[in-house]
Amino acid sequence: MLDVSVLHRFPGQGGFALEAAFSTPTPGVTAVFGPSGCGKSTLLSAIAGLLRPDGGRVALDGGVLLDTAARVFVPPERRRCGVVFQDARLFPHLSVETNLRYGARRAPGGAEGPGFEEVVSLLGIAPLLARRPGALSGGERQRVALGRALLCRPRLLLMDEPLAALDAPRRAEVLPFLARVRHRFRLPILYVTHALDEVDRLADHLVLMEAGRVLAADTVEALSGRTDLPLLAGRRDAGAALRCTVLGHDAGRGLTRLGFPGGTLLVPLRAEATAGDALRVRVRARDISVAVEEPRGVSVQNVLPAVIESLAPFRAHEAMLRLRLGETVLLCRVTADAVGRLSLRVGMPVWAMVKSAAFGPAGGNGDEGG
Amino acid sequence: MRLSLLVALRSVLFGLPPAVLAAWVLARGRFPGRSLLDALVHLPLVMPPVVVGWLLLVTFGLRGPVGALLNDWFGVRLVFTTAGASLATAVMSFPLIVRAVRLSLDTVDPGLEAAARTLGAGPLDRFATVTLPLIAPGILSGAITAFAAGLGEFGAVITFASNIPGETQTLPLAIYAATQTPGGEATAARLAAISLALAVAGLLLAELAGRRLAAALGRLPR
Repeated sequence: MLDVSVLHRFPGQGGFALEAAFSTPTPGVTAVFGPSGCGKSTLLSAIAGLLRPDGGRVALDGGVLLDTAARVFVPPERRRCGVVFQDARLFPHLSVETNLRYGARRAPGGAEGPGFEEVVSLLGIAPLLARRPGALSGGERQRVALGRALLCRPRLLLMDEPLAALDAPRRAEVLPFLARVRHRFRLPILYVTHALDEVDRLADHLVLMEAGRVLAADTVEALSGRTDLPLLAGRRDAGAALRCTVLGHDAGRGLTRLGFPGGTLLVPLRAEATAGDALRVRVRARDISVAVEEPRGVSVQNVLPAVIESLAPFRAHEAMLRLRLGETVLLCRVTADAVGRLSLRVGMPVWAMVKSAAFGPAGGNGDEGG
Repeated sequence: MRLSLLVALRSVLFGLPPAVLAAWVLARGRFPGRSLLDALVHLPLVMPPVVVGWLLLVTFGLRGPVGALLNDWFGVRLVFTTAGASLATAVMSFPLIVRAVRLSLDTVDPGLEAAARTLGAGPLDRFATVTLPLIAPGILSGAITAFAAGLGEFGAVITFASNIPGETQTLPLAIYAATQTPGGEATAARLAAISLALAVAGLLLAELAGRRLAAALGRLPR
């Protein structure tokens, strides 16, 4: 368990105040998500120990890193929190290999952690070892930084928007490596980001922040189904995140069948996944339509029986529906006119329709940034 | 001339560590009296050198508070000695080194030190493995500039260490003495030429060494 509670006020009139608290299970990936300037990076600095907050407590699996009430402040060099910074921060005067070994050489003797060869091969950085950081591309730099943090035998890995400084192709290059690290090492990871697709791809839990405060903290799936969080539900790419199991491929039709609690989904072929794999898809609210009678002769591949669980006005002329399918809730955005025309109301059985094509190319079912 | 080189070299060697320390404190430290220290460090740059020499004489002279102690306890006498000339030169070139080191410290991203911290490096470790290598070009160019300037220090040396041939008579003092002697023009011209050559060589060396080092640190040509 990672327990964090941080209180910090920056000096100056109208100074920014951070007043954030959350608990999250370990190991696992917890994304700290929120708009730029909401204090998520400051929160990360406080956990790493690089910022000494006015007040608060940080404890990891029972070990206290910070407790201002008890006057405990473990300095960052003894916290063993591996940090991946947005700007990599590799040492320019050292080779990639020396950079990678910098933390490992300073880790306490008995500490466990992944081996050098393992990390180097996992991140595909073997060809870069003799180079200087100045001769690396942005994506390569970020992979080396990730390796350096992993090799310092961390108890907690902190990532501060590691992909935010990269252009789209570089992001696409690094993201799979992050997914691999997450998969391979059972480490608690705190991942700061403002990109929802990174959350979908990497995170188990989500801490939602705005203006220095934590709005909500829960699993990604649970938060994605809530309509009372404009920061999530108000986005163009808002929608319920579903934890799915790959049931099988239909290569002839170019489709993959995914099962989720409450039904199945047909999505464009994801050849890289094998049957039994768990993966997450986000069903965007704007991609779902509802029909009050069973639709026939439509191109839509996914027609799922559901019940309207709630119905709330959304923006000027729209409504947000929550559709219940067994254990699962889907969000659905419709026009207010449609609500009136079809006399939609709570408790009404409907058919939720989602085109397969809405799930786009693999991994790309989220709009850029936000 | 050998004496001049010796004096300048010694002044740089002794001045370097405290100058790097002062630069570090001024660049990174946040404490009351920081601007006072800043002013103190830069004082030799704006004060007439003769005044610096006189202050040294008052402090380190045989009857000065520090000079008396040094003489009584260690038998060390600074006034009118080569060591004294080095001290006067070191004090005069101190701000030059501090400025050069501080400038290069400002270009070092504090984020790199923070990164080293998260990787388990304590304060001394961080300074030795991250900061020091990154400011090495600044230290080097500061040292060479100080060396070149030290060769030419006149006012502070003549006031504090006097003009004793073979003991404290550095190049500029020798030139001065030659111009004061009838028929010494030829000697003065020869010494002036040497002095000029040394100064130019020093500056060129500083530039070259700085570039080499920067390239070795992977910061220049991208």
